[in-house]
Amino acid sequence: MDKYSHDVIVIGGGAAGLRAAIEAASKSPKLSVAIVSKVYPMRSHTVSAEGGAAAAIKPDDNFDLHAYDTIKGSDFLADQDAVELFVRLAPREIIRLEHWGCPWNRDQEGKIDVRWFGGMSVKRTIHAADKTGFYLLHTLFQTSLKYDNIVRYDEYFVTSIIVENNRFCGITALSLRDGAFHFLKGKAAIIATGGAGQIYKFTTNGAINTGDGMALAYRIGVPLKDMEFVQFHPTCLPGSGILISEAARGEGGYLLNNKYERFLKNYVPTKMELGPRDIISRAIVNEIRLGNGFKGKHGDYVALDLRHLGEEKIEEKLPQIRELAKTFVGIDPVNELIPVRPGQHYFMGGVHVDLNTSTPVAGLFAAGEASCVSINGANRLGSNSLPECLVFGAISGEHAAKFAIEHDYCNVAYENIQIEEKRIFDQLLKKESGIAPAEIKYKLKETMEEKVGILRNEKELLEACREVEKLKEMFKNVSAGDKTMIFNTDIVEILELDFMLDVAEAVAYSALYRKESRGAHYRTDYPERNDKEYLAHTLVYKTREKPQIDYLPVKITKWQPAERKY
Amino acid sequence: MPETTFIIKRYNPEKGVFYTSEYKVPYESDTTILSGLIYIKDYLDRTLSFRYSCRMASCGSCGMVVNKKPTLVCRTLIESVKKPIYIEPLYNFPIIKDLVVDIDIFLDKLKFVKSYIIREKEEDLDKEYIVKPEQLDLIKHSSSCINCMLCYAACPVFGSDEEFIGPAALAILYRYLHDPRDQAKSERIKIASLKNSAYMCSMVGQCTVVCPKGVDPSFHIQRLKVISTLNNLFS
Repeated sequence: MDKYSHDVIVIGGGAAGLRAAIEAASKSPKLSVAIVSKVYPMRSHTVSAEGGAAAAIKPDDNFDLHAYDTIKGSDFLADQDAVELFVRLAPREIIRLEHWGCPWNRDQEGKIDVRWFGGMSVKRTIHAADKTGFYLLHTLFQTSLKYDNIVRYDEYFVTSIIVENNRFCGITALSLRDGAFHFLKGKAAIIATGGAGQIYKFTTNGAINTGDGMALAYRIGVPLKDMEFVQFHPTCLPGSGILISEAARGEGGYLLNNKYERFLKNYVPTKMELGPRDIISRAIVNEIRLGNGFKGKHGDYVALDLRHLGEEKIEEKLPQIRELAKTFVGIDPVNELIPVRPGQHYFMGGVHVDLNTSTPVAGLFAAGEASCVSINGANRLGSNSLPECLVFGAISGEHAAKFAIEHDYCNVAYENIQIEEKRIFDQLLKKESGIAPAEIKYKLKETMEEKVGILRNEKELLEACREVEKLKEMFKNVSAGDKTMIFNTDIVEILELDFMLDVAEAVAYSALYRKESRGAHYRTDYPERNDKEYLAHTLVYKTREKPQIDYLPVKITKWQPAERKY
Repeated sequence: MPETTFIIKRYNPEKGVFYTSEYKVPYESDTTILSGLIYIKDYLDRTLSFRYSCRMASCGSCGMVVNKKPTLVCRTLIESVKKPIYIEPLYNFPIIKDLVVDIDIFLDKLKFVKSYIIREKEEDLDKEYIVKPEQLDLIKHSSSCINCMLCYAACPVFGSDEEFIGPAALAILYRYLHDPRDQAKSERIKIASLKNSAYMCSMVGQCTVVCPKGVDPSFHIQRLKVISTLNNLFS
């Protein structure tokens, strides 16, 4: 077998990608499964997830309850068949991780413990202190080492997906280590590249979250779904955007304005600090606009108060929050208030897939934040994303393996691969002079932050679409400032920026066309939800001209859309 | 805004030469060394290569040597270190380019210590194992390793002999050995007893000193020596 041929190619090595790879590899030892990631898998951004993973595992909980919380949280945009599948499979994924060694917190009897989380009607968030993503990622990665049929391509940057006659054929990738360009042939592939937070200025996401997989799919004609729904997490450290977990409120923390009032009583009186993220983020923006914020060097903020929890509970349940606050803002939450403000956190939208995680391209699947099934609709509930990665990661692994067993490799026209090679080496690397990626990157971040943020309107969204178009024009003049081949991170940044521009375009246009307010997409010019016209998923397609928008009805099984009140 | 100098040890792999570059970096009271490096990359020198991602001391990408000390640069404020700031790639690893080192050897060691639960048979998925909080406490520190490689850069034993399994991988061996769900105790003790394993450690303890996550590999390794010795005596 050719060294560069694999039955299943997994793009991305975070929670969804690793879970997918393990599932595919365990189907048959004869299947060769590749994990291709631009970083070592344990560097993936799953590592920064803090609060926990939701699943109905306790006697006071059930599938319908978890499903309805999720659907209500989604402002009725989630596909209910997907949610029902998700809640049924989440508990076994949690137990599976426990069998693989994940150190979930325990109660006194030694059973898996649960905590409160926003928008959930019972305690159902399984956690490992406040570093759940870290433990989950390392458990998956270390477990993956057990499988001899998993081959890793660490620090390989995927530049394109090769499709012929609507069938997946392979990927092209740049090996950062030596600068070599490769074609990796595959029978099936799974996109599991996570989110695109880097298109925003103020984000909880790591530097690697540049939406690569979303853009890779978009470029081959696969639609992106519900891209206008961008989650802003209410509590991030001003300046850096470092996430302060919702677990801080789940464990009893308060949000205070500059009058030291728990202002959420005016917004989500029945849930208070445990309201959903979209509503709390808007509440904070409103408090700041009313002049009720504290003044800081990085702008106005509100305060997160954990003092009443006491040192022992903070150390046991929220040790990382304490460490982060001490290290990055010089504050000990045991006796001081933590400054927080909303920041971009998560994309509800992503690569359009069905319940089997299949994209419209045969043999191409997607899972995790990069995908949109959709279980999150217009607003994801905290602690649903980790189990989503596990559940749909496993489904994608299973279906990709099945596809690979039933199909052969397809024949590839090598010209297509040479075109891609030329794009990178001749157009970007060898071009004599041009502008630096940073020049465009920071303009893009500003634009998205200011015009496609928490509060949106027609005028600014139109401006954002124009600005992204302009930046895409500018991008044509970018050239590499580093012309060497080995570990050239300048070329990586350029390729990432190219992906970010595509994703930003999809987000801005999707937001422009949805003339209603739903979940995280709030239009000040259309402040009401409009089920008559928009109880539907947005699909955005890349064309030579402007992106093309289409809609797909929401699947409703047993919960009719109702007013969303907390 | 105050300004300081970053002196960076560089390596050009295509020419096989080491050299240094100096940059003036503006900073405020909350500017990290990582932010300084990103400033250089964005505005001063696009040829400088280094790894980073989460900027919150979780992903373990940005280990470097700062003023001779292995450091995660994302969690280190410019204000807190001696200036000018002298930055080198992590010690004891082959250098790929500039501040980027090759850590593949660690990935091999991780696999070698069998970093996963081993059981005769996996339980059904409707049954969780009972793990008491105090059992979990036993692996609390050893399971906190983010694989940042600072401990390997600080370890003179690994520096002189790369066969040494080394601090992080041994801490992880200790972690699985003490996991109540694991059933491969004797296999793990065998690994701990190997020539290039726990006994090779000379108790310098720098691994524990530099660890940014409160792991105590030095303690774990000494425990592994005791466990191995007792096991060898009584078996």
